[in-house]
Amino acid sequence: MRIPCPHCGPRTHEEFTYYGDATVRRPSSSSPDAVAAFYDYVYTRDNPFGLHRELWFHQGGCHEWLVVERDTRNHAIKGAVPARDVFKAGESK
Amino acid sequence: MASRYSIFSLLRESLRGHRGWTPAWRDPEPRPAYDFIVVGGGGHGLATAYYLAKNHGARNVAVLEKGYIGGGNVGRNTTIIRSNYLMPGNIPFYEHSLKLWEGLEQDINYNAMISQRGVLNLFHNDSQRDQCVRRGNAMHLHGVDGELLNREQVRKLLPMADFDNARFPIMGGLMQRRGGTVRHDAVAWGFARAADSLGVDIIQNCEVIGIRQDDNGVMGVETTRGFIASRRIGMACAGNTSRVASLAGLRLPIESHLLQAFVSEGLKPLVPCVITFGAGHFYISQSDKGGLVFGGSIDMYNSYAQRGNLPVVEEVCEEGVALFPCLSRVRMLRSWGGIMDMSMDGSPIIDRTAVDGLYLNAGWCYGGFKATPASGWCFAHLLATDQPHDVARAYRLDRFATGRLIDENGSGAHPNRH
Repeated sequence: MRIPCPHCGPRTHEEFTYYGDATVRRPSSSSPDAVAAFYDYVYTRDNPFGLHRELWFHQGGCHEWLVVERDTRNHAIKGAVPARDVFKAGESK
Repeated sequence: MASRYSIFSLLRESLRGHRGWTPAWRDPEPRPAYDFIVVGGGGHGLATAYYLAKNHGARNVAVLEKGYIGGGNVGRNTTIIRSNYLMPGNIPFYEHSLKLWEGLEQDINYNAMISQRGVLNLFHNDSQRDQCVRRGNAMHLHGVDGELLNREQVRKLLPMADFDNARFPIMGGLMQRRGGTVRHDAVAWGFARAADSLGVDIIQNCEVIGIRQDDNGVMGVETTRGFIASRRIGMACAGNTSRVASLAGLRLPIESHLLQAFVSEGLKPLVPCVITFGAGHFYISQSDKGGLVFGGSIDMYNSYAQRGNLPVVEEVCEEGVALFPCLSRVRMLRSWGGIMDMSMDGSPIIDRTAVDGLYLNAGWCYGGFKATPASGWCFAHLLATDQPHDVARAYRLDRFATGRLIDENGSGAHPNRH
């Protein structure tokens, strides 16, 4: 697999560290259903058969956190953007 | 039932030119309704159906398999059996499994080539030794065999290992002599044949594409071969658990990951038991045909593709050569990938779900093969009685919410780290 890093260009995935699902969001600890929300946040996952948005850290390169969109059926990568852009825009899913 | 396999049936067929053998199991059309449906015709699903029929007298059971018997993870593992665990929730379960393995071939009348050649976990520093002593003591407390070998005892077993490695010297190992290997395809075929002979319908090429529910719970499954009704449905479809469970609206603490395994060309006897390399993540044994069977870590990212990437191949081979330098020129024959249910604490789930009548057997990470008989035994118990079996009581689905995790590695809610 080659991940198209927006700063470094296409690089082998060995340079990256995988973190996991990029669609989960830390819930507010003050909300009334915080216990259930934290259970979902920490433990349950959609685990999709198909496109998966996931976090990779470019440890062997620019040290950017990326949100990569990848097909779990065949490892085809659709795109990669800096995670800060995704999270700043407040995009949830 | 097809005729019993024995030395006499073999002799009789030898004299008849082997023309009298019949298929090991039937290929039935699905009936409109069953008392029990097991989704997934892998080792765990077939064992579940077998023990439902044998231990609980169920005569109206179907196993639904989307592909063919033996085409999934039961034929894609490194065939190791052992019960050398640390956590109290795990040891009794895996020990039950090992005991079932010990009597399995007579029970199902099938030669599964079970070989208790031993499983040796090497350690390379003082803290790993302490860990092995601790785990060995935990095993002894549960009546499981375990033996601490010193460097010289290991050297006698493995004269070809690199004992002078400056960074990872071998200091000894924790040996479980009752552990070993099994011919994995034979486990699938043997359980399928034994279950079939007790009346279980094994329905291949039958993918579940929907789970129908009403106010009383589960009603049956929509399949590629039509609707099949049942009020008791067990899911044993590791790798694809999240997909099947999502048909019933369930979201699980599981991610699907990819594990590769490898076989070398055939060699003369070299590796006498199963050996794990403590300095990395590498395990190796030698098949009866002579090929070295080995593997390492998962590929680390979510995947449903049954094939892996090259960096893991390189890493696994490097670790193998670090342990046994003499392997450097051995040629690799085959590699393959399987899809693992990686649970959030590294331990399995055998439990009810939020849907009445729908049961879950999942989250085996990459330790599912050794668990096959006990998993079937306990899941059958749960399906038949609606109560968890004693040795599988800890494998609850709600343990993630209640904090009663069984995290052998202590690596937290990161499925790829277990």
